[in-house]
Amino acid sequence: MGYAAVKINDLRKSYSCGVTALQGISLEVAEGDFFALLGPNGAGKSTTIGILCSLVAKTSGNVSIFGIDIDKNFNRAKQLLGVVPQEFNFNQFEKVIDVVMTQAGYYGLSRHQAQGKAEYYLKALGLWEKRYTVSRSLSGGMKRRLMIARALVHEPRLLILDEPTAGVDIELRRSMWDFLTELNAKGTTVILTTHYLEEAESLCRNVAIIDQGCIVENTSMRALLDQLDQQSFLFDLQEPLAVVPILKDFSYQLVDPQTLEINLGHGQSLNDVFERLNQVNIRVRSMKNKSNRLEALFISRVQPTL
Amino acid sequence: MYQVTEWIALQTIVVKEVRRFMRIWVQTLIPPGITMILYFVVFGNLIGSRLGQMQGVSYIEYIVPGLVMMSVITNAYSNVASSFFSSKFQKCIEELLVSPIPNSIILLGYVLGGVFRGALVGMTIMVLSLFFVQFTPNDLIMTFLVLFLTASLFAMGGFINALFAKKFDDISIVPTFILAPLTYLGGVFYSIDLFDPFWRTLSLFNPIVYMVNAFRYGLLGITDVNIGYALAMILIFNLLLFLSAMVLLHKGVGVKH
Repeated sequence: MGYAAVKINDLRKSYSCGVTALQGISLEVAEGDFFALLGPNGAGKSTTIGILCSLVAKTSGNVSIFGIDIDKNFNRAKQLLGVVPQEFNFNQFEKVIDVVMTQAGYYGLSRHQAQGKAEYYLKALGLWEKRYTVSRSLSGGMKRRLMIARALVHEPRLLILDEPTAGVDIELRRSMWDFLTELNAKGTTVILTTHYLEEAESLCRNVAIIDQGCIVENTSMRALLDQLDQQSFLFDLQEPLAVVPILKDFSYQLVDPQTLEINLGHGQSLNDVFERLNQVNIRVRSMKNKSNRLEALFISRVQPTL
Repeated sequence: MYQVTEWIALQTIVVKEVRRFMRIWVQTLIPPGITMILYFVVFGNLIGSRLGQMQGVSYIEYIVPGLVMMSVITNAYSNVASSFFSSKFQKCIEELLVSPIPNSIILLGYVLGGVFRGALVGMTIMVLSLFFVQFTPNDLIMTFLVLFLTASLFAMGGFINALFAKKFDDISIVPTFILAPLTYLGGVFYSIDLFDPFWRTLSLFNPIVYMVNAFRYGLLGITDVNIGYALAMILIFNLLLFLSAMVLLHKGVGVKH
């Protein structure tokens, strides 16, 4: 039986300033998983990731990566790990190719091996044409992609991404999602922290929500979304309505003459809605969730900080 | 025993460090050359010609080894201090910390970068000095041994300084308030035998005295201190700073939260 990609047991972290960032969290991420680690700002996500990649020293607890205890052989564990941090942390005065090649060298790849991998990942992330550009002159989105290429150059079995699409435009974000999905399909385990809950919902199979240093939810994305009691949908109607229609068994409101908001309770389906709309001759052009489904759950799980 | 991957990592750090100081050669390699030419002209030629001989050689010949050492010390120290602190400041030190490189390789890589710059500048100054004075090295092995050991000692000093530094001011305090006085009072321009016994004894607590004298012995065959003792001191200081840097790195001082 294979080891979990990450196994965390009773992990605690207190900073010297007195702040307790982690209050004994336990977590397991299976090999091959696409895992979301969610939480509000200051919840302990970055501290957890910092401990996994050795940038933060833990106070107590156990962490193993693919069965390797980080207290016993951290360097072997780090060989299996690629990290894309939240902040840009490459040498802004180096050329794109040098940033990636240098990182490959740190992982012990020969120059010949590194050149092949650097070319592959820079091309995959659309940066090959920019390889001789000094990295500080790249756009924000390109810098994010450079950090992904750098993290992948040694082909880690586990990729940790801390807010990888922060500040990235929608088109680029979608292309990064496709890239990460493909990478995960090829067998790389991915752990993702993000504030874009739509991103977590689209990409991740399992999720943990961390709040004030504690895990408040740790389940599959499907099971989490099934916990939703109510969902709201906005229907864009083909013809404007002069009066509010009567839709028995549903809670609803007319937002404007051409937009109808309908709330689905537990046990109700979209088929029921369409059936009822057909009965009253209302034709729908398009529809969407009023708010992200995961967002509603997320807000219900974490304590407000303001 | 280090594995191939660790040698590649070491090579990567050294190449990166050398590439860094070569890229900014106008800031790193030219200024020490100009400064030392001015020393040779003003102190060596203009003033030195009126001073006569010092321990059997002309004054300009006497100060050449000290000035070379001064350049080696300053450049080896500042190379590592500024490079490592800049990495901390830009957070690109995290690239190193998340990768599977042993602390000893990180330290060795940065120190070798500092040694290369210190040695390159030192040898350039030696070549430049030949335009002002002719001499034949007394002991080439001793000359280069002291040059490299001094460079490594101060490169490690720069590394430790950068570990503790929180802002750019912190990496200029030690060179300005500690290194410069110790270097000027380390027998660069004079023999400590000129002092009365109290000041001579006090001077022996200055580690730079041993480096300057050992290097002067290598170049000119002149020294104020026992050569074996001087070499032992340089080696002991190297060992002490290496162990200190390793302990600090292991504890994550200045680099880990």
